Amino acid sequence: MDSRGSELTVGPAREDALPASAATAVKIVVVGGFGVGKTTLVGSISEIRPLTTEETMTEVSVGVDDVRGVERKDATTVAMDFGRISINDQLVLYLFGTPGQQRFWFLWTGLFEGSLGAVVLVDTRRLEASFDVLGRLESGGVPFIVAVNVFPDAPNHPLDEVRAALDLPADVPIVACDARSRASSRDTLLALMRYLYRLSTQSAAPVAASAATE
Amino acid sequence: MTPSPINGPPSDWEQSGPERLYVLTGGRGASGRRADIDLITLVVARAAPRPEMQPEHASILRMCHWPLSMAEISAYLKLPFSVVAVLVSDLLSESLVEVRASVRMDGIGDPELLKAVMNGLQRL
Repeated sequence: MDSRGSELTVGPAREDALPASAATAVKIVVVGGFGVGKTTLVGSISEIRPLTTEETMTEVSVGVDDVRGVERKDATTVAMDFGRISINDQLVLYLFGTPGQQRFWFLWTGLFEGSLGAVVLVDTRRLEASFDVLGRLESGGVPFIVAVNVFPDAPNHPLDEVRAALDLPADVPIVACDARSRASSRDTLLALMRYLYRLSTQSAAPVAASAATE
Repeated sequence: MTPSPINGPPSDWEQSGPERLYVLTGGRGASGRRADIDLITLVVARAAPRPEMQPEHASILRMCHWPLSMAEISAYLKLPFSVVAVLVSDLLSESLVEVRASVRMDGIGDPELLKAVMNGLQRL
């Protein structure tokens, strides 16, 4: 019956293990359409080779074959790549790339929930693919920055033009990024973190005051 | 010997058809799962695996000798997150593992935490 037991000796290689002191994990979500370089970005900065997790989700759809439009529930498996960066002995940062199919991004409850924020990776050749997600992040209250992945064969648009085309709010940072480069990917994450830090210190005054009285 | 830690593309995942997943979790869905477990919850074993355990439970105890996130456990076991959440909940109810809850950002983050992440990234 349990002949599978020995096959299940799986897990990280010793060098991929976190220190025993790791106590807190945070996450950043990298959002972008298929082929925009999400996994490349995650892989270029992750301390482990990107792994894949998946979730089975139930999608309610209206049967197209059914003239009465009866609702049907379809179970779909959605995969997501992720990487990891140990910030210090206690703190670990996880980077999640969204699934390729946009309709799953917001179905996967918990993907954006609880994240520090998001990097929206865009390809200037397919800007229109980003409109929907930008709107949804804004309405969902997920803070984000936009990173323009610089593809060698893509036209080199000034960032201001991309900002205007995406109709980005003035306070949302936009940066150029080469997802293949570790340094560039790090700088992109740092741009997000600086933005988040600025947001936190702008609105933290009342919170800090109440915490001080506790 | 530890096999390659890198899990393959989704097509490599074991026959995680609905029937197998149903058996693994004893037919429990969200009801068998703790609500406070998410993708980045860190799991640490507090006991050694026992031979009579369900292989997946034993496997989780083995790989969580050091802290490991739910996402990584899912990746190495090649099982969906929701199934791993039920399995880890079982282990939690028997105090065989401990979980280190992820920091939940509701709205704006804690500046000290954000600063720590920034400092860590700057050292890369």
